[in-house]
Amino acid sequence: MPDRIGLSRRSFLMSSAAGTAGMLAMPAVLRAQGAGVKLGVLHPVTGALSYSGQQGRLGATIAVEELNAAGGIKGLGKIEPVLGDAQSTPDGGTAEVEKMNSAGVAAIVGGYGSSICLAVSQAASRYDLPYMVDVGVTDAIVTRGLKNTFRFGPGFGVIAKTALDNLVTLNDQAGKPAKTVMIVHEDSAFGSGLAKLLNDQLPARGFQILETIPHPTPTRDFNNVVLKIKAANPDIVIPADYYNEYVLLARTMLQQQVRPKAIYSVLGGAASSYKFVKEFPDAAKYIMDCNHWFDPRNAKALALKKKVEAQGQFFTYEVFMNYSAVLLVADAIEKAGAADRAKIIAALEGSTFVGHVMPYGPTKFVNGQNQGAAPVNTQVLENDIQVIFPAAFASSKPVFPMPA
Amino acid sequence: MLSPVILIPAILNGLLTGAVYALIALGLTLIYGVLHIINFAHGALLTAALFAAYFTQKLFGIDPYLAAFALAPLFFVLGYALQRFVIGPASHGDDRNMLLVTLGLAVIIENALLYAFHADTRTIDVRYSFETIAVGGSFLALPRVIGLGAVLIVALLLWALLRLTDTGKAIRAVAKEKLGAELSGIDVAHIYAMTFGLGTACLAVAACLLIPTYYVNPHVGNAFVLVAFTIVVLGGMGSVPGALIGGLFIGVVESLSGLYLGESLGQIGIFLIFILVLLVRPSGLFGERA
Repeated sequence: MPDRIGLSRRSFLMSSAAGTAGMLAMPAVLRAQGAGVKLGVLHPVTGALSYSGQQGRLGATIAVEELNAAGGIKGLGKIEPVLGDAQSTPDGGTAEVEKMNSAGVAAIVGGYGSSICLAVSQAASRYDLPYMVDVGVTDAIVTRGLKNTFRFGPGFGVIAKTALDNLVTLNDQAGKPAKTVMIVHEDSAFGSGLAKLLNDQLPARGFQILETIPHPTPTRDFNNVVLKIKAANPDIVIPADYYNEYVLLARTMLQQQVRPKAIYSVLGGAASSYKFVKEFPDAAKYIMDCNHWFDPRNAKALALKKKVEAQGQFFTYEVFMNYSAVLLVADAIEKAGAADRAKIIAALEGSTFVGHVMPYGPTKFVNGQNQGAAPVNTQVLENDIQVIFPAAFASSKPVFPMPA
Repeated sequence: MLSPVILIPAILNGLLTGAVYALIALGLTLIYGVLHIINFAHGALLTAALFAAYFTQKLFGIDPYLAAFALAPLFFVLGYALQRFVIGPASHGDDRNMLLVTLGLAVIIENALLYAFHADTRTIDVRYSFETIAVGGSFLALPRVIGLGAVLIVALLLWALLRLTDTGKAIRAVAKEKLGAELSGIDVAHIYAMTFGLGTACLAVAACLLIPTYYVNPHVGNAFVLVAFTIVVLGGMGSVPGALIGGLFIGVVESLSGLYLGESLGQIGIFLIFILVLLVRPSGLFGERA
C-alpha cells in the first residue's frame, strides 16, 4: 500500500480532480435508474459464436418487449435493455461488463459461451452486480462462490449424468448394439470439460472410448477428423461443438459417407436446432442430442415459438433460455422493489419463479445453481425435432440404431 | 494409424489445400522477385479479395468462379494503383521504406474492413460446396479439385506471361538488373506496378477459389500469409515453380500434422519446416540467389 500521507501536492490535486469528476458522473447514473430499470443484455453477437449470440439477444429482447408492453416492472417502470457484444471472447465480455456497470444496469443477463460466462461473472462480482447466466454450462461458473452469479439452466454435471443415463437406457432397449464411442469436441472450456467428463464416466457404463479428438473454434475443415472416424469405425460418435462446427462436422460425415449407429451429442450446438434441420435435412437425420429444450406442454412456450417463427427466425434453445432468464430476473427485481443490486441478489436467492417456459418447475437456487434445471433428449425425425426422453413428455420413440 | 484408408485421402486433401496456398505464395514470390520487398499487405489484400468474392455472391448472386474473371482484373488495377501511387512514392526508392509502407497498408486495410464489416465470420453456401468426386476410395471435395485445376492454369499463364511477352521480359529484366533495365529504356516504375498488380490479381483468383469452402472475417488473411511466407522461403524467393511445388508440399505437411498431432496443432509442422529450411538451406529449393 502506498503511504497516503506521502502524496505530493500535484498527485493529490490530480486524484482529487479525478474524484470530483467521478462524483459528478455518479448522480447522472443514479438519476437514470429512477426513470426505469436498466438491464444488461450481453451476448457474443459477432465472432465465432455470433449466430448463437444473436439468437440469445432475440430471446432476451422479446422478453423485455413483452414485459414493457405489460407496463414494465411494477413500481419501477419500463425496462431499458443495455445491449452488449462480447465478440465471442472472454475479454470482450469483461469489457462490456465495465461499460454496463458505468451505464448503471441493475443486473446482467446472458454470456452464452462458458469461457465468456466465467470472465463476465468474475468482472460483475467486483461491482456486486447480479448476473444471470443464460446458457454457459461449465460447473466452475457457479462453484467459485461468487454471490452475484446465478445460473438458470443446468450445468455440465447434471447434463452429462442425464445424457449418460439416457444413452445406457437407449442402448439397453435396443439390445446393446453399441459398444465403442468416439468423441469430437471443441477445445475451449465447454468442449474440453465435457470430453473429460465423458472420458471419466463412459468406461464405467460399459462403453469403450476409441479416441477423443479436440479441434479449435472456428474450424473450417473436418476432413481429417472424419477420416479418423472412418478408420476407427466407432458405433457412436459424440460431438460437443458450437453451431458452425457441428453443422460442418455432420455435413462432412455425410459427404464422406460415414454412418455410425448413432450420432449422439451432448449439448450439440446444432443437433436440436430447427435451423440445422431445415437447411441440411440429410445431414441432420436421426441425430440425437441431450440439450436444453422448452417444455412442450407449456402454452407460453408454444406461443413464443409461434412469435419467433412469425419473425422469420428459428426457435433455438438460445431464444427460450434467454427469454426465461430475463423474465426470471425481472421477477426478482420486482420482488426486490428497487434497482438495488444487493436486494436483487437476495430476491434471486429466494426466488420461486414459475413463469418461465422450461420443464424445470419453480426456480430454487442453491449456491447460484437452479436445482430443477435439467436437459432433455431429442432426435431429428421426419424433418422435425422430437423429444425422446424423459418419458413424461416424450413426443416420439427413439430410432436406434439409425437405418443405413 | 498409418492405414492407407486415411493416409491417402489425407494426402490428397493436403495437395488440394496446398494448391490454393501455392497461388497465394505465387503472388508473394513474384512481388519479392522483382521489387525485392516482402509485401506485408499481402494478407490484408487477400482478406479484401475474400470480402469482394463474398459480396459479389451475396449481393449479385454471381458464382465465385465466374466472379474471378471480374475480380482478377479489378484487383490487378487496385494492385497497380497501390504500387504506382502509394507504395512507390511513399518509399522514395528505399526497400526498407517499402516494407514499412506495406505493413502500414496492411494495418489500414484490416481495420477498415473490421470497421465496415465487424468481426463476424461469414460464409457463402453454394450448391456444390459439399459435392464430392470419388477417387480410389476417397471422396474429394469438388470445389477443391476445381481449385487445383484453376491454380495450375494460373501458374501456367503466369509462366507464359513471364517467358513469352514483352512485359514478361521487362519484368525479368528489372528483377535481374534494375539499373540496366532502366538504361535500356524500360519504365521501371511501370514494371514495378505491373508486378504488384499481377501479384494482387493472383490473390483475387485465390479468394474466389477459397470462398466456396472457406470463410471470411477481417483477420482471415493472416493465417494464409504466414503459410505463404513459409512456401516462398521453402521454394526459393522469387521462384514460380518453387512456389507451386512448395505450396503443394506444405499443404500435405499441414494435412498430415493435423492428422497425427491433432487439429489444434495442425500448423505446427509448417513452421517447423520454416525453421528447418532457414537453418539448412536458406536459399530454398529453387532459389537462385543465396
